[in-house]
Amino acid sequence: MQRYILKSKNKITLISAILIVTGFLSLWLFQQEAVFHSALIIASILGAAPIAIQAYQALRVKVVSIDLLVTIAVVGAFLIRNFEESAIVTFLFLFGAYLEQRTLNKTRSAIKELTEMAPESALKRTEEGEFVEVDVEEVDVGDILLVKTGAKVPVDGTVLSGEGSINEAAITGESLPVSKEQGSAVFAGTILDNGTLQIVADRVGEDTTFGRIIELVEEAQDSKSEAERFIDRFAKYYTPAVLVLAFLVWLFTRDIELAITILVLGCPGALVIGVPVSNVAGIGNGARHGVLLKGSEVISDFSRLDTMVFDKTGTLTMGNPSVAEVEYYGDGIDEALGFLASIERESDHPLAKAVLEEIGDAVFSPVLDTEVFKGEGIVATVGGHRAAVGNVALMERENVELDARVRADIKRLEESGNSLVLTSVDGELKVLMGVRDQVRPGVKEDLQRLKQLGVKNLVVLSGDNQGTVDAVSRELDLTEAHGNMLPEDKSKYVEKLINAGQIVAFVGDGVNDSPSLALANIGIAMGGGTDVAIETSDVVLMNSDFSRLPHALGLTKATARNMRQNILIAVGVVLLLLSAVLFSDWMNMSIGMLVHEGSILAVILNGMRLLRYKQRG
Amino acid sequence: MKTATIQVETLTCPSCVQKIEAAVKGVEGVDPDTVKVLFNSSKVKVDFDEEKVPVSQIAEAITKVGYEVLKSSAR
Repeated sequence: MQRYILKSKNKITLISAILIVTGFLSLWLFQQEAVFHSALIIASILGAAPIAIQAYQALRVKVVSIDLLVTIAVVGAFLIRNFEESAIVTFLFLFGAYLEQRTLNKTRSAIKELTEMAPESALKRTEEGEFVEVDVEEVDVGDILLVKTGAKVPVDGTVLSGEGSINEAAITGESLPVSKEQGSAVFAGTILDNGTLQIVADRVGEDTTFGRIIELVEEAQDSKSEAERFIDRFAKYYTPAVLVLAFLVWLFTRDIELAITILVLGCPGALVIGVPVSNVAGIGNGARHGVLLKGSEVISDFSRLDTMVFDKTGTLTMGNPSVAEVEYYGDGIDEALGFLASIERESDHPLAKAVLEEIGDAVFSPVLDTEVFKGEGIVATVGGHRAAVGNVALMERENVELDARVRADIKRLEESGNSLVLTSVDGELKVLMGVRDQVRPGVKEDLQRLKQLGVKNLVVLSGDNQGTVDAVSRELDLTEAHGNMLPEDKSKYVEKLINAGQIVAFVGDGVNDSPSLALANIGIAMGGGTDVAIETSDVVLMNSDFSRLPHALGLTKATARNMRQNILIAVGVVLLLLSAVLFSDWMNMSIGMLVHEGSILAVILNGMRLLRYKQRG
Repeated sequence: MKTATIQVETLTCPSCVQKIEAAVKGVEGVDPDTVKVLFNSSKVKVDFDEEKVPVSQIAEAITKVGYEVLKSSAR
């Protein structure tokens, strides 16, 4: 019976609305006072039933809930034969709850979309060698599964046979399909665009990367900041306190009307729900845009950020050297490039790979009489010519003339942090290449935007020499640059900033920078590898995409602002209601309930705006 | 000890969390310190002793305080 009433709450709300309207119409149009009263009495009793049941259920587990306040208020109104108030208050309360549920579902929709991407079934190989469809929970590690075109990969696994291309947007946020063949790793929740794969399950259910992302987001949206825990504790004592207050008012004034009005006005609503709503919508927006924020504490810290510290290699730069600039001198360049490629092909020097990648297709010639000068380069006979590949010192040893133009080029390349590779043929300089670990495309604009969003200091720390770090810092217009730093030096530096009262974010790769990541107020791992990145950081950028940083920062600022607005709305409404009940005569139960429900909807709708937040630019 | 994950109907009022928390804590065989009611994902997570109490009984306690249980699992 109880369950039936609760399940029919929406129907009851509708019926009581109809009854109230009929009641008032018959009073105004036909002066039927008897019909008016009986309609409102039925509406009151019907509407009060589910509220009273909820109040009773809460009392059984020793919780004084809002339902109890409303139930007592309605019973009070009933006793003083104010059926109008009792009917309208119950209706507004039920209808408000219905609207709350609808709108709350909206704020949660972004995260729901994410969880709904979870695979539900799998084609599992039986002992007889056939594939049958089973629930994804029945898949164990080691099972062999078949994935057909258009299907979701059910678990994290390894491809046994077959080929295909997979859309990994669910994991990486990158929608460009990735091709898979025997031995490739595949991830749960990703979609096989074409082809057929047989895979062996390595990790299942919540252990899969996708499962852990979902768990992380779910826990994040329910994690509570200090302020929220305070509000929760407050609400726990607040509701009984309102009950006591109303009782005292009745005791001293003998004014039931006033006492029950206080009960309704005192319902804590917007305050309790306002902050979590902003939180959920903010985290949901992030999840949609490839930014996982681990909870409201992170949002609050990140939004007040002073300093952002970056690791250089692999974070600001690509992580491996490549040819950044090339200058040619004189003619016979193609021949010279062929000689250069032929020599570098036989070298295992770190720069050789970058040079070969730059040249691409080349005519290779046999390399004879190779002579290596340590720290300088190589001299050899190629295709009957004497070719030298190395740095300036080698050129001087070979008596190659470096004119004013060449000297100027060398100086410029060195200043922007390049290692130089010069090539001479028969004593004449032909090619000058500048090789460096280049800045990732787009990083400069992203950093600019972070500055516009209010980050005061952008700092780069690196193990490389100061000159290289300075060059990157100059190129990206950073505030500070420190080279020659070991991982422990970096974490000491972060500690120093925090002790100076700054709020610090550290952006680095998940592995060797983990002390700094852990120490910083906000750790952001860029480690490509999903596992470590998810574990160690407070903010996870899907696919290690640097360009999501400005969105992440802007979003946390918007979310923090939204929370403050909601607290303001909630507190403002309570103050307004209280002063109205004390200093005016138009306030009654129904208006109180209307304003109360209205304020709850206002904070929810305000929170929903965050779902649409987007970086301008 | 196993961890039960129980999906309940959409939770809207924050006092639901208090109610469900109190109800689950009252079940014999669950570890009261591990009860977590996730308001936004409408999930309840709790560690329990599978020899003392089946998951269905924890779900039953939640149903009793007025919330529909959609799905329950233990691992």
